[in-house]
Amino acid sequence: MIRFAWLQARTQTAAAVAVLAAAAVLAAVTGPRLLHFYDTVVATCGPHNDCASVTTTFLSSYRLLQVILQPTLLVLPALIGAFWGAPLVARELETGTFRLAWTQSVTRQRWLAVKFALAGLAGMAIAGLLSLILTWWFSSIDQVQLNRLTPGVFGVRGITPIGYAAFAFALGVTAGVLIRRTIPAMAATLVVFTGIRLAFSVWVEPYLIAPLRVTAALVMPTANGPAATPGASAIKAGDLVVSEQVINAAGRVIGANGGIGPNGEIGIQVTHGTPSLRGVGACPNKFPPLGGGLRGSGGQPPADFNAAVQECINRLGVREVVTYQPLSRYWPLQWDETLIFTGLAIVLAGLSFWQFRRRLT
Amino acid sequence: MNAIVETGAVGKKYGRQWALRDCTLTIPAGKVVGLVGPNGAGKTTLLQLAAGLLTPTSGTITVLGGQPGTSPAQLAKVGFVAQDAPAYARLSVAAHLRMGDWLNPDWDGELAGHRIERLGLDPRQRAGSLSGGQRAQLALTIAVAKRPELILLDEPVASLDPLARREFLQSLMEVVAEHGTSVMLSSHLIADLERVCDYLVVLVASRVQLAGEVSELLASHHRLSGPRRDPGTLPANQEVIEASHTDRQSTLLIRSDGPVLDPAWTIRPVTMDDLVLAYMSRARDAETSRRPGLEVVR
Repeated sequence: MIRFAWLQARTQTAAAVAVLAAAAVLAAVTGPRLLHFYDTVVATCGPHNDCASVTTTFLSSYRLLQVILQPTLLVLPALIGAFWGAPLVARELETGTFRLAWTQSVTRQRWLAVKFALAGLAGMAIAGLLSLILTWWFSSIDQVQLNRLTPGVFGVRGITPIGYAAFAFALGVTAGVLIRRTIPAMAATLVVFTGIRLAFSVWVEPYLIAPLRVTAALVMPTANGPAATPGASAIKAGDLVVSEQVINAAGRVIGANGGIGPNGEIGIQVTHGTPSLRGVGACPNKFPPLGGGLRGSGGQPPADFNAAVQECINRLGVREVVTYQPLSRYWPLQWDETLIFTGLAIVLAGLSFWQFRRRLT
Repeated sequence: MNAIVETGAVGKKYGRQWALRDCTLTIPAGKVVGLVGPNGAGKTTLLQLAAGLLTPTSGTITVLGGQPGTSPAQLAKVGFVAQDAPAYARLSVAAHLRMGDWLNPDWDGELAGHRIERLGLDPRQRAGSLSGGQRAQLALTIAVAKRPELILLDEPVASLDPLARREFLQSLMEVVAEHGTSVMLSSHLIADLERVCDYLVVLVASRVQLAGEVSELLASHHRLSGPRRDPGTLPANQEVIEASHTDRQSTLLIRSDGPVLDPAWTIRPVTMDDLVLAYMSRARDAETSRRPGLEVVR
């Protein structure tokens, strides 16, 4: 049965190996140069060099290849699900060949088990190998960008693609068993997989391990842009900020991302000569007289006014709560995500076997 | 008598629709069994139950002493040629034979190779580009080379042209002659069955209307024609299957244990065609009379 499953999967295996080989060749040709550039120029960039422009040059090297390689692992699991998983049973049903296959001297349970295991493991292996290649190729770029925990990058490096491939494949088989038609099953697989993957990366992934929490004063944005992230000493470069909430003295959430209220602004309102912080309450401190209006030199409020606002914020007890995942949790998070998707794949495998027995006799 | 297929009130339901219901029959070994009946009688369902592709909703079915499709050994004992002889369009003829080799413990590769050669099939040709007749022959080859005790064929010649049909049935007969395999095939073309079958089962609306050796059936049925008379006046050992009357003449198809002695009758032998049609129309008439008819309201 293994040989026959292999015979049937020749074309798709060849396609996958071709993709893998192309990626390997591209990576092997360009990867060492990229790493060399990083090791010799970027990593050794000292205070006397123009590090910003060096970094920019480095990041823009092999720009086209970056754009091509980055999404391959994003779509690969979906393709494995749609082109390997969905037709596995559905095509046999559609073309009637199940009547040929299931009347040979192999029970159909064994037929499905072998095909499922073989194609599923092959899909996982291909996703894993491609991830190995790409993780290595992007290693220096990731080192510079420090974004390994962001959803777009987290799922296309390390071991997570293996879990996605397993899940997408099992989803495809299940869709094929339930829908019994190849094209609709493929479409359903793509839609459901994309939906679950997106939803998971937004709503579940950051919370796989309870994020760390740091509370700090809310700092006014300066003329140069937003204030530095509070608790900057706790949150290091490369950590993933999960949420930034603004709370009042009672601990109630009154805003997000460094602002108060739905508009996310910090506003001072003067009524009957008393300044108050919009959305919070009257300021307990005195404000400097605003002789020249709010517009100081350069169109910005004068410095002493800003200081008064900051003092008002502090004295009203308005603070910011930031939750974040430290970069040190990268591998535990990778394992959690991979195991969850592999677990879902096993559940779907059970479901498809059960439905296969129940509905197709 | 050792039965190859034995069913006990077997039934199969798809959703709320019964495809086969309360079907009880026994088929003896060593025969070429023709399964005839109108469309929707349950022939395909019965064959797929016997092949193990379907499991019964109710009742029992035993094939060669085992439950169909439950074990590799059971599957190995039964060869199945499905309707329209499905094959993997993208795999070559040779790949299909390799499949047979890999999936069947008793595979006779020599036999398969010889058959393909004799049929003039190119082993490298993809199954998708074979003609209907060639594909049916390929399917038969796979079913035969697994060396089963029973071969089931579901409408094997329905979609073939007359020449391919004759060739197919001929090669089926060769297999039977060489290996003594039992065969059960369904068809609604009685002429085809007449050529190959020695046992006949007429199935109408899941019920077996007639079953028996073809030679015995033909010997025990007669077509009588003579002056008009009431069929009720016939001797007790003569059962009327079909009767038609004109003003002066009666034509009957009867089943009789003994010879017909009444000199008023002109006796003619029946053909298989006559038999099947007579039993099918009798079953249909019984079906219609069971339903409430229209009544005239005064």
